[in-house]
Amino acid sequence: MEAILETRGLTKRYGDVTAVDHLDLTVFSGEVFGLLGPNGAGKTTTTLMLLGLTEPTAGTAVIDGHNCTRQALAVKQMVGYLPDNVGFYPDMTGRENLLFTGRLNSLSEEECAARAARLLERVGMTAAADRKAGTYSRGMRQRLGVADVLMKDPRVIIMDEPTLGIDPEGVRELMELIRKLSTEDGRTILISSHQLYQIQQICDRVGIFVRGRLVACGAVEELGRQLESEGRYILELRAEALKPLKELLEVIPGVEEITESVEGLRIVSSRDVRREVTARVAAAGGTVLQLRQSGGDLDEIYRRYFEKEGEAHDMDSHPSEGGRSAFRLPWKKRAQ
Amino acid sequence: MFALLLLASTASLAGAVSTLREAESGEGLFLELFTTSSSYIYSFATFLAFLGPLAGIALGFDAINNERNMGTLNRLAAQPIYRDSIINAKFLAAAAAEGVMVLTLGLYVSGMGILLLGVHPTVEEVLRVAAFLVLTWVYMAFWLALSILFSVVCRHTATAALSVLAIWLFLTLFMSLVAGGLANFLFPTEGIQGFSNMMANYEAELALNRISPYYLFVEAAVTILNPSVRAVGIITTSQLSGAIDSSLTFGQSLLLIWPHLVVMVALAMAAFACAYVVFMRQEIRA
Repeated sequence: MEAILETRGLTKRYGDVTAVDHLDLTVFSGEVFGLLGPNGAGKTTTTLMLLGLTEPTAGTAVIDGHNCTRQALAVKQMVGYLPDNVGFYPDMTGRENLLFTGRLNSLSEEECAARAARLLERVGMTAAADRKAGTYSRGMRQRLGVADVLMKDPRVIIMDEPTLGIDPEGVRELMELIRKLSTEDGRTILISSHQLYQIQQICDRVGIFVRGRLVACGAVEELGRQLESEGRYILELRAEALKPLKELLEVIPGVEEITESVEGLRIVSSRDVRREVTARVAAAGGTVLQLRQSGGDLDEIYRRYFEKEGEAHDMDSHPSEGGRSAFRLPWKKRAQ
Repeated sequence: MFALLLLASTASLAGAVSTLREAESGEGLFLELFTTSSSYIYSFATFLAFLGPLAGIALGFDAINNERNMGTLNRLAAQPIYRDSIINAKFLAAAAAEGVMVLTLGLYVSGMGILLLGVHPTVEEVLRVAAFLVLTWVYMAFWLALSILFSVVCRHTATAALSVLAIWLFLTLFMSLVAGGLANFLFPTEGIQGFSNMMANYEAELALNRISPYYLFVEAAVTILNPSVRAVGIITTSQLSGAIDSSLTFGQSLLLIWPHLVVMVALAMAAFACAYVVFMRQEIRA
């Protein structure tokens, strides 16, 4: 596969704060790449630098041979950008907004009209196309945003938090649409998001981005394996027993840490202890309700990378708890 | 805004017509349409001096920050256009609209005056009116550029609007007070020393007043619309001796206000240049 987007040592500092720290990222042609990270990790700054809207402090970004800072116009000709909370001129209809974008891309009037009609159909907005954009709901704006990005027929699409604030059904439709843009049209898509579960379903590869640095990058399964090879096994256990489970299981050789939560026990060990765990619970007269080996799942991968990073930076002394809990939300939902 | 200006022009026109009807006909009656006021209403030129800035501010104060608030700025900036095209277009479009506005008002007042009074303008008078309209346009463009600057700097449209309005009020209404006070403080005219200070006092006041584009505009407008105004500023009797008592030609009047025009163009360009530079260095994010 051929690389279409490459950054080398891309860095952006705001005063003392380093928003993006020596980012080396490669996105291959035709893939869906997910840039994942908590709020304030530097995702939006990265996308802005890719479009030449913000100048990097150091390093370069290249899309299809064009330098994103120096040849911003060539880059913007073939890269579509869907910002988070995309806005439209409220006193123009959805269709007029699209036509305006078409004209900015120097399309002919007929081409504009034809393309706008086709794209409105594709995103399912034909019925609302001639209403004023000011009356649109957030989901509609987002869909119109996708149509707007496609007006210039881009080879690369960059989306910033596309699923934020949309209801589950809307998210499902949007994800389907994005997936199709990649599989049917062969476009390269870069999605930045903190909503892991949604992104996991459609991404070929993901990059995990914490505090301006890319801490992991690869296919979801690949990342899972990478973690397993580090010799950490994580079991999630729900069981009923007469004796406290923690005491019971702590003595198993290899078990490093047991934490209790509402969902059950989380057992971290240096080897596979599933057999011993079931045996011990049964011997104590208990019943195993659920035993799950975690890993290979994006939430888990992310959580572990994030925890590692957090330890390295002494996370808790920083007021970024908001970002952290926002991240955990999808994981908790899944566990229920 | 245009409706307001139109209303103001009509009112001033009515005032001028009613006054001029009583006056005996003389030379330059056509030009007096623009400068004559009746006892209860301002003249057209005064109205433009007051309301022209408002029109400029109305067109510019939400140019950039409204795009930002609507979330359309980054979408716009992601299109294959240079970033400066955005702010250039904002300025040029509004300036063009103001040009049309000024031209329409000028033609309206001239046309109505011709119809109501039956005066017909000479070529020179037409040129003078044209020069006056250009002057008005430049004056409005300055306020437009200033309000665009504030729209770039301020996040909220209301902040931008209020800031420019404050500047407008200060320069239009209070600058003359400040100038007078400051001149009197620097060069007191009381006592023995007062006589030698009088010239300096007046010049200081004039210089301070001329900081305000409002004063510049009024001074220039009066000169261009009134051929009998022979000089701006102070003239000594020795300078006047030997002068021929006649009206100035259009070329001479223009020469007299040329510095005013240049300064106003420069002010407009400086304000826009600031807005341009700030905008180009700003982050494009919602």
